[in-house]
Amino acid sequence: MSSVPASAFLALALILFCIGLYGALTKRNTVIVLISIELMLNAVNINLVTFSKYGLTPSITGQIFALFAICVAAAEAAIGLAILISWYNNKKTVNIDEINSMKN
Amino acid sequence: MTFSGEFLAFIGLALAAVIGGVLLLNLTKVMHMVVALIFTFISIAGIYVLLSAEFVAGVQILIYSGAITIIMLFGIMLTKHDAEEEVQPGKWRKIFLFIGVIGFAFAVYIGIYNYDIPQAPSSLHVNNTLQIGKAMYSKWIIPFELVSVLLLVALVGAIVLAKKDVKEADSE
Repeated sequence: MSSVPASAFLALALILFCIGLYGALTKRNTVIVLISIELMLNAVNINLVTFSKYGLTPSITGQIFALFAICVAAAEAAIGLAILISWYNNKKTVNIDEINSMKN
Repeated sequence: MTFSGEFLAFIGLALAAVIGGVLLLNLTKVMHMVVALIFTFISIAGIYVLLSAEFVAGVQILIYSGAITIIMLFGIMLTKHDAEEEVQPGKWRKIFLFIGVIGFAFAVYIGIYNYDIPQAPSSLHVNNTLQIGKAMYSKWIIPFELVSVLLLVALVGAIVLAKKDVKEADSE
């Protein structure tokens, strides 16, 4: 079997998720915020693949769901950047503190 | 605990992944942040190989370290950014957020640090891609088709979103 316990993989996923969360909440450039969200999705994928091997009943389903999550993440990145470029053409800024026209 | 090859590989890959993430947080130039994150993505692909998910590892390298990183680099180059993130005044906000994230990490860690489920022998590493293909085209065929629709909608939507303003700029 394996010499690496499953909780080690889960802890790695937790650390990466926290780095992504902190980056998404503190960075000011919108591109960096988007890529931090990608990092969080990636951490969740590690969890899915870990449980597909170390769960009670190992099965391929976890890996299939990781693939679906990767597809959704790719679509999200493309749409996010399209919105960002559209916004930049209008307002000439990518600073996330100034993107507040839906406030109030 | 003996230091088997798998354990050493895990330690190396995990360190590379975490170092890439920390560099993402600490570097000042936006371009360097994205390049630092490539290390994280490739290390995660190695982690997938350790978890006997070779196909997911290949997809990870193709999609994340290839496509998404390149998209983000294009996004940075197409928008005028301040090449360096200036130090912002909200220092207390950062400190509170840091404490909050650490608290969240601690709360989750309590839940997982002694996760111990009896391991059942798995056969995921045998013909991994063949297993994925069989499951995806039989049991998960409807989600698979829905994902294709999702990708089509994302493609069309991205083109529409990014193109509209060019037309308006021409008409001005």
